[in-house]
Amino acid sequence: MVQLLFFYFALVVIGLGLRIVTCKNPVHSVLLMLLLFFHMAGLYLLLNAEFLAAVQVIVYAGAILVLYLFVLFLVNLREEIKMSPFVQKGKWAGLVAALALLITFLRGVFNFTLGPHGQYTIEKVQQITHTKAMGEAIYTTYILPFEIAGLILLVAVIGGLALAKKEDKGA
Amino acid sequence: MVHLSWYLTVSAMLFCIGVFGFLTRRNIIMMLLSIELMLNSVNLNLAAMSHYMEDIRGQVLVFFIIAVAAAEAAIGLGIVVTLFRNYRSVYTEDITILKG
Amino acid sequence: MADWQIDLIKVVFIWVWALLIAVVMTWVERRASAMMQDRLGPNRAGPFGLLQPLADGIKLFTKEDIIPERARKILFILGPPLFALPAFSAYAVVPFGDKIVLGGKEIILQVSDVNIGFLYVLALGAIGVYGMVIGGWASNSKYSILGGLRATAQLISYEVPMGLALLTIVLLYGTFSLREIVLQQQGTFLGFLPNWGFFKQPLGFIIFMVAAYAEANRVPFDLPECESELVTGYHTEYGSMRLGLYLFGEYVNMGTLAAITVSLFFGGWGLPYVDMSRFLGPVSYGIASFFVFFLKQAFFLFLFVWVRWTVPRFRYDQLMGLGWKALIPLGLINLFITALLVQLTT
Repeated sequence: MVQLLFFYFALVVIGLGLRIVTCKNPVHSVLLMLLLFFHMAGLYLLLNAEFLAAVQVIVYAGAILVLYLFVLFLVNLREEIKMSPFVQKGKWAGLVAALALLITFLRGVFNFTLGPHGQYTIEKVQQITHTKAMGEAIYTTYILPFEIAGLILLVAVIGGLALAKKEDKGA
Repeated sequence: MVHLSWYLTVSAMLFCIGVFGFLTRRNIIMMLLSIELMLNSVNLNLAAMSHYMEDIRGQVLVFFIIAVAAAEAAIGLGIVVTLFRNYRSVYTEDITILKG
Repeated sequence: MADWQIDLIKVVFIWVWALLIAVVMTWVERRASAMMQDRLGPNRAGPFGLLQPLADGIKLFTKEDIIPERARKILFILGPPLFALPAFSAYAVVPFGDKIVLGGKEIILQVSDVNIGFLYVLALGAIGVYGMVIGGWASNSKYSILGGLRATAQLISYEVPMGLALLTIVLLYGTFSLREIVLQQQGTFLGFLPNWGFFKQPLGFIIFMVAAYAEANRVPFDLPECESELVTGYHTEYGSMRLGLYLFGEYVNMGTLAAITVSLFFGGWGLPYVDMSRFLGPVSYGIASFFVFFLKQAFFLFLFVWVRWTVPRFRYDQLMGLGWKALIPLGLINLFITALLVQLTT
């Protein structure tokens, strides 16, 4: 059962990924991306990471993709659909580079051995719930990275404001 | 039983799809979307590792990556909007001002 | 009965319940608005016009289904269901009663008590907007796309204060599970008040309510529809049952939000000061708890109608100003104070 679910999610994720990067219409790509995020959330659920699945949907599908759609509507692109979605030069070079990278990765994947196991066994995570397990780790051991993540978000807020602000041209 | 290597394979493939999209798409918004794909594949990788190593660290890292991805999307799209305002285009080949 | 049969019954029950609420709400909306404006409202179909929703349904079903010529067909068709489905799905975690004993088996009156309960609600709330955006974009009409654009901006802006208000609730009760939160709200607070989230988090409740109205696209915040500027916004080009599904989805959404409000801030199925389980039998207790929950929910549904016909619509800049300059700072302050109090008292 778990295997079947895994294959379903994995195949859909890969298929959608391929369709997203080749799709002519960016709006369609974004909507397919939405579907892909749901299947990613499904994979997280298979990994017993229900908090991550929820965050994935809330942040990626609920905020980031909406932002993408918003910008796509702002920069209304009608001619895009008639032209090739790819760059004229170096299209094949990109494909070759991606394939070479894939081969390198796959070699790594099959020569990979796991390191020593930690203390968060599946049973333990299920018992104290994933949210709590995450919270315990984030707010104790990883409090400094957490603060830094907050800082990065603050920088993004300020940066977004600075970019979006229209310059007063003498008025 | 689902093996760790299966997850890693999926994640590797997704990452390469992202790389391909990033290198070949004309539209800057689509390039940003490809970056999201790559980040997602990395997230999957980390979450899977974390699950199989019975350690929560990887998943904490995923949490941070999602936060950073949100920041990246906000800034990236802000830049795209500014570009569009100045050049009326979001295609890479139109934005060649550094070439003179 | 096997477990899966019980689950099936619960799911069917909650679907029918959600549907019924939406159907009856269309009637209540029109009758109540008529009452407030000194009119009669629909009163011909059935007693008090109660069959009016049915008549409307038949009308919408039998109308010609028009898809605009230059619309994107698949997305145009996909829009309305994508809007209505998340609203329905959110009901899955609503605890609509305590528990009932049938055939010696204790059944919890909630479809699924997942431990990320209201993160799930938040996630589904965020997805509903895609129905509007897709519909608006696929219609290939100026008004529709403006409606869709407004919906995206509004959702991003009001998701934040809503999240901040919900965070205070998490801080107070220390869990994401809605059933657990309701259970913790029984009894009294400070000796004389019901132990409800509302009395512990009045500011959080106000922020949540305002954000909920914005999420449900109800007047004062129905900018994506906005008849006077955008015809009807994102569903301008829709007709027949597709339009019906959009309107319907809105009412289902209201039902969900009312149910969530009741379970987070108003003690869910519990009556204040009275412990029903003490003097009611196991079966009647289950039914009674459901009715208490339903009454509370009905009140909040009526509040939606009440607000709609009393408050005028905001201007767009006012909407954004309220979200970013008032609700988010208030939410942050509220969160800070709550965190401080929780830290000091435990």
